[in-house]
Amino acid sequence: MSGFGITVAFWILAALTLASAGGVMASRNLIHAVLFLIVAFLGVSGFFILLSADFLAMAQIIIYVGAISVLILFAIVLTPRAERDNSETSMVLPALLLGTTLAAVLLFVLYDANWNVTNVEPGLSAEVLGSALLSVWVLPFELASVLLTAALVGALMIVRRQEDEEGDSAS
Amino acid sequence: MIPLENYLVLSGILFSLGVYGVLSRRNAVLVLMSVELMLNAVSINFIAFSAYLDVTQITGVIFAIFVVAVAAAEIGLALAIVLRIFRNRSSINIDEAAELKW
Repeated sequence: MSGFGITVAFWILAALTLASAGGVMASRNLIHAVLFLIVAFLGVSGFFILLSADFLAMAQIIIYVGAISVLILFAIVLTPRAERDNSETSMVLPALLLGTTLAAVLLFVLYDANWNVTNVEPGLSAEVLGSALLSVWVLPFELASVLLTAALVGALMIVRRQEDEEGDSAS
Repeated sequence: MIPLENYLVLSGILFSLGVYGVLSRRNAVLVLMSVELMLNAVSINFIAFSAYLDVTQITGVIFAIFVVAVAAAEIGLALAIVLRIFRNRSSINIDEAAELKW
């Protein structure tokens, strides 16, 4: 791939991701917001491909686009009488102020800093990644599996209907 | 080659959008979606630093994988809590669920 193609792909992906992330905030319909979020997830996985992290791009599509978006849609469908108009709290002005301030500070700092770019030769195979994950990083890897199991059991316990509330809630 | 700053600017803007969403939305599901946006911005940062600053190019990718795993656990638990709040209150507006507010 030529350098020009990568540059064009970067700007297209940047426009797509930022526009759909803004769409999540601007959309008044909750379902439309989720669809915008899916497009933003796809844009982020495009960035992973541009940065030659192909395994992570696939994981991003499978987990975020495939699983998390469906989970969010299910949460919306299972809360039928809740408000769907994506309205703001009273914190909207402080939030806007904090968001723009944070963006300005980040932009200033990262243009001011001197990054020692050492490696411009991309390439990391999934084989290297897998062997590193199971040798150097094996303890956090196993901890992540324990965390996921605990989260699964915890989510089941939270949503489980207890015996003492069987009678009073017909919903 | 795209300069590193482009990726950092992009993820910074994405993170700020997520911060705005977390603080300003009323619907709890929208707040969780904004948290996911913030986590994605952090992942872009990890991968960009890994590709540009790290000789072995592997540490950032490993961290991004763990970010994805923790995000999956977080969204599952948080949506369970949201469903529980909805069952008790018939509403998932976070400014109304304020019993713990002092």
